Amino acid sequence: MRINRRTLLISLAAPVATPFLTKLAAQSAASGNDTVLIQNATILTITNGTVKGSILLQGGKIAALGEKVLAPAGAKVIDGAGKFVMPGIIDCHSHIMAEAINEGTVSVSSMVGIEDVLNPEDIGIYRALAGGVTTANILHGSANSIGGKTIVMKMRWGKNAQTMKFEGAAPGIKFALGENPKRAGQAVATGLAGVGSAPRYPATRMGVEDVIRQAFNDAKDYKSIWATYNAKLAKGEVVMPPARDLKLDALVEVLDGKRLVHAHCYRQDEILMLIHVADDYGFKIRTFQHVLEGYKVAKEIAAHGGGASTFADWWAYKLEANDAIPYNAAILVKKGVLTSLNSDDAELMRHLDKEAAKTVKYGGLTETEALSLITINPAKQLKIENRVGSLEVGKDADVLLYDAHPLSNFSKVEKVWIDGHMYFDRDEDISNRTRKDLEKKALIQKAAADQRGPGGRGGATAPTPQEEGNNQ
Amino acid sequence: MLLLAPLALATPHLHAQAPSKGTWVLQDARVVPVSGPALEHGTVIVRDGLIEAVGANLPAPKDGWVIDCKGLTIYPGLIDGLSNWGLTNTPATAAPAAAGGRGGGGGRGGIVVTAPTPAPVAQQPQTQSRGPEDRPSTASWIKAADQLFPNDRSIEANRNGGFTSAVTFPTGSIFSGQGSVINLAGERAGDMVLADAVGQHISLRTAGFRSYPGSLMGTIAYIRQLYLDADRYKLGKSIYEKHPQGLQRPAYDRALEGVLASPRILLPATRNVEVERMITFAKELKVNAILYGGHEAWRSIDVLKQAGTPVLVSLRYPEKVADSDPTLDEAERILELRDKAPTAAGALAKGGIKFAFYSDGVATPREIKAAVKKAIDAGLDPAAALRALTLSPAEIFGVSDRIGSIEKGKIANLVIADGDLFATSTKVKYVFVDGGRYEPPVEDAPARPNFGGRGGGRGGPVQ
Repeated sequence: MRINRRTLLISLAAPVATPFLTKLAAQSAASGNDTVLIQNATILTITNGTVKGSILLQGGKIAALGEKVLAPAGAKVIDGAGKFVMPGIIDCHSHIMAEAINEGTVSVSSMVGIEDVLNPEDIGIYRALAGGVTTANILHGSANSIGGKTIVMKMRWGKNAQTMKFEGAAPGIKFALGENPKRAGQAVATGLAGVGSAPRYPATRMGVEDVIRQAFNDAKDYKSIWATYNAKLAKGEVVMPPARDLKLDALVEVLDGKRLVHAHCYRQDEILMLIHVADDYGFKIRTFQHVLEGYKVAKEIAAHGGGASTFADWWAYKLEANDAIPYNAAILVKKGVLTSLNSDDAELMRHLDKEAAKTVKYGGLTETEALSLITINPAKQLKIENRVGSLEVGKDADVLLYDAHPLSNFSKVEKVWIDGHMYFDRDEDISNRTRKDLEKKALIQKAAADQRGPGGRGGATAPTPQEEGNNQ
Repeated sequence: MLLLAPLALATPHLHAQAPSKGTWVLQDARVVPVSGPALEHGTVIVRDGLIEAVGANLPAPKDGWVIDCKGLTIYPGLIDGLSNWGLTNTPATAAPAAAGGRGGGGGRGGIVVTAPTPAPVAQQPQTQSRGPEDRPSTASWIKAADQLFPNDRSIEANRNGGFTSAVTFPTGSIFSGQGSVINLAGERAGDMVLADAVGQHISLRTAGFRSYPGSLMGTIAYIRQLYLDADRYKLGKSIYEKHPQGLQRPAYDRALEGVLASPRILLPATRNVEVERMITFAKELKVNAILYGGHEAWRSIDVLKQAGTPVLVSLRYPEKVADSDPTLDEAERILELRDKAPTAAGALAKGGIKFAFYSDGVATPREIKAAVKKAIDAGLDPAAALRALTLSPAEIFGVSDRIGSIEKGKIANLVIADGDLFATSTKVKYVFVDGGRYEPPVEDAPARPNFGGRGGGRGGPVQ
């Protein structure tokens, strides 16, 4: 989350959902054939060049890929002549499908997790699919120096939250530096939730560093307390169990390298600060998020082994986001930083392909390098590159069919498969719109009739729980 | 044996809440026991607060007061599955419970409207907290049974409508406290209580940016932390009990005592998403859960069936906010929820999922019944509707051996009506609570100002 006030405005202004892009339409699309052969297409594998030929999706995996692939019995064959196939887009920073974003009341909120508040019915998922996103890292917001736990999801629209989780993906956690965590430390008459907020430490960048260091001091103590307890227990001693602390459990996982750190940051000084802190405590920053001044400290980020997940050309929404250039991603790539482009926004999420294209113009990345920023690179950042991020035999059949080159401004995603199931089909979506429109109109008319009729006054009523428009 | 015409009763007024030790013979009624098939010409014998016998052609005991129930139907008393009745300190008379209420109190006008208000605030939980260690918004140790106001006007008002029991809960905090099953009559709070601790009410409240937890995920994490703390507390106590010497004693923690004392927890789940989320959460916490809300349960039948989690269905259906922006383009999802909320109960019944209704702040029995009728019109079998207000809530809260049906040995909580209970024209003639007989006032009587001196008033005891 970049800036909170802006987010609030977006939430209020955003329509709750469109009438036509609904779950039903997607569910019928999702019933597509499990065995699919796309022929005569231009296949952008990302990791092994471009292939003019066919790709076979079978049993949820990419079963074959090459100039000539025979169609197995029962396969649905799609003519890809003039069309492009690429791996599903991976967004390393999104807030869709989360029904809460910030636990902003505390400086360290590592006890909370997005996993607990997923909404698999968020229309943002379907819209992201329409833009080719098949996997997204759903993050906590940036109100805290150490924020909540993150989770990697596949956009299996129509499934429940448990089923949408990316099986086996490493768990993550959000950190945040700079204005957001320190601004949350200032008492304001009207805060993020429209209510006054109490002052909260920290209020400066120095304080942010202190909070992170203190949290890891606590985590180390906690770890040793438990180690001592377990050792005594193993020796058969009678001991009182120490308290479990969900907040510190997550930080111990960071210390042990089991939980990936995704750190919201902008300025070079705070980036260097966090690298020093991580070095001192012996953990790694997996990705620097936003990282608009990353081009100034690319070598240091590369030396730390950290990744960068940035925007192509989005900045100047606040002071700390001012010293930004469109060459950031390209420079980071060329300095050896594992780099991705993310959305952080439900709308931007629908055209990450076009964002990638900007790095060809600004910085001269090759087409493959540009597409890597939204496929294999974020896959590596999330440690899921053995499953997704490129078109290789044996990987998950998370595949996009485009009507033109994905980096072209004029291209559209036509079909999206995840695990070999079709979750988005543009034709089907368009043909369903009239029906869905009518369905909705009928509901509105029925409600109006009920209100006029004698049966409209049954008992007291509660306001309808509104969908929260807080996808930012 | 004495044959009484209902209005001819002129016996001295006993107090409204005093449980009767009398014997009643309810003759020639249609008896709907809920636990079994209806008897067309049945008799129910009530003695000392209990149901002594149910059947056809029962010999009437010599010492009983006989009521000829020809043309009337006897149902088990209705139960509000999740309530705040008895907890709102809005007495029917201005006098406090200890001093007033006897006999010649104020004239109690027709149906009394009770606004839902939060539970008593004597143990107001922490309002500003910096983390779970401050135990924010927790009152888990509070028991509804200890907070009852026997003069709460909602008791009489709802009893007049046929409700004889309620599973009443403190609400308003994250761990709001423990619910109690109460009978809707009794001179003292203690007389009303059937079961003092039947579950913990959880609400997913947040305090915004002011105080932890300020978000839904913070609230969930907080609940999880409290259960972890409770596990450790239990273990620590058991270790200390065996080894009191040489070990630090675990500090007494009333919040954890309250959590551990709760046999089940009530989790809010109105939307399908919330049903799945709360079922997953309950499984993780290893607690017996009951979901409340349930308006979108028609989408969640499979997952509810698999989990076997009972649902309390709110009778306060969602509706468009009265002054909402008329140009607002609402999601189809929202429109559909409003349209289909009354079908939830029917869907649960068809799916074989245990459910009960709850009043959820709906102010009067008339409106509650209208909402039930809406569910029946939307496809709920009338017998299932009755069960959802009688035997099912009793089963869900583990008191079906005492209330919820008309069976020998059970508590004599009965409602006697002149027709189908949920038909709008039907009048409740008598209500029995703990064997004590009450005669509701004529419905729709205009509410009168309290002039006092109307000797026991309507709705008082008539025995």
